[in-house]
Amino acid sequence: MENLNLFIRSIFVDNMIFAYFLGMCSFLAVSKNVKTALGLGIAVTFMLCITLPINYILQTYVLSAGALTWLSPDFADVDLSFLSLIMFIAVIASMTQLVEMTVEKYSPTLYASLGIFLPLIAVNCAILGGSLFMQQRDFGSVWTACVAGAGWGIGWLLAIVAIAAIRERLATYSNIPGPLRGTGITFILTALMGIAFMSFLGIKI
Amino acid sequence: MAEKISNKDVFFNPFSKTNPVVVQVLGICSVLAVTAKLEPAIVMGISVIAVLAFANVIISLLRNTIPTNIRIIVQLVVVAGLVVIVEQLLRAFAYDVALQLSVFIGLIITNCILMGRLEAFAMGNKPWPAFLDGVGNGIGYAIILIIVGFFRELLGSGTLLGFQVVPDSWYTAGYVNNGLMILPPMALVVVACIIWVQRARNKDLQEAQ
Repeated sequence: MENLNLFIRSIFVDNMIFAYFLGMCSFLAVSKNVKTALGLGIAVTFMLCITLPINYILQTYVLSAGALTWLSPDFADVDLSFLSLIMFIAVIASMTQLVEMTVEKYSPTLYASLGIFLPLIAVNCAILGGSLFMQQRDFGSVWTACVAGAGWGIGWLLAIVAIAAIRERLATYSNIPGPLRGTGITFILTALMGIAFMSFLGIKI
Repeated sequence: MAEKISNKDVFFNPFSKTNPVVVQVLGICSVLAVTAKLEPAIVMGISVIAVLAFANVIISLLRNTIPTNIRIIVQLVVVAGLVVIVEQLLRAFAYDVALQLSVFIGLIITNCILMGRLEAFAMGNKPWPAFLDGVGNGIGYAIILIIVGFFRELLGSGTLLGFQVVPDSWYTAGYVNNGLMILPPMALVVVACIIWVQRARNKDLQEAQ
């Protein structure tokens, strides 16, 4: 029940795009049509689901203060948390590379559709942001971290697909003032959707 | 790089013509997140200038030795190292601001401005132009951050850098702070307005329908 609550909250209330504005760069760059947006969204969800549990394990058993006691009680006062940024980004970058190679080997069709987006994900701030939020919030278990990752990923996917659908229509049916075309109007659209998403604040299940 | 651009252009173009935020659309996340008040916006701007300049120089020095296959990891590690230094410095000397910026200092690593500039410029140029490019783009980014922070704090809280600027007589006359400006979505609208003004003045930046 608690996990379900967390899952729903991660999708709607703590939406990566509309509440934290993370992963904005690829969100703005790759939202011109629904199909590519969906591909990137799936890739991001997948990476969040993988990297969050791994980083959680790293955080609990290696990085946080006194985490190394399972090795020997002498390490009780060792605090490696200043290394967490480097560790997290290294995990994300290498996981991206690993996933790219695995997908390329075992599922060429999926690779063909995701291929270009996979390397981009290493620098998607939504992924690193997920790990940093995980560090701030003290999740109870690996499973919780995984659920939160899935929720954030799906929230991101929803957002990018929605905005891509709107942009597709805008391009054909509307006459936007010249200076606002493309980037400008997308910003305003995102802002309006962000305000709409604020109505989810305070949801509890 | 086919055309040779002078060092002066490398430094000054990012201020307006190739501004990283409003023209290249890089690094939007942090623009939105840290600009509710002017002070964190300025600190963030300075941090990004420092990290970007030094990362550009380091990558530019290493550019001939980095194998292309793993260049993203190398770039990320260099940037991450610099960001950790900045984070520790902020915690030591400006703890309150560091708390306000929370995860966003860490997120400088994935700030697309960094990867964009490292990939597009530092990998193909000598250290000195790369340094200028880093500082120029950093300042271009900081300018936008400060403009957005200025309007959001002025209209949203009636203060600048924490000092009240809207006179009390206005409040007694019925003036009310616009609470909406504090919320993140309004940062997008302010940036959109900057884009609007800038593209109305530079017609060649406008996108075809």
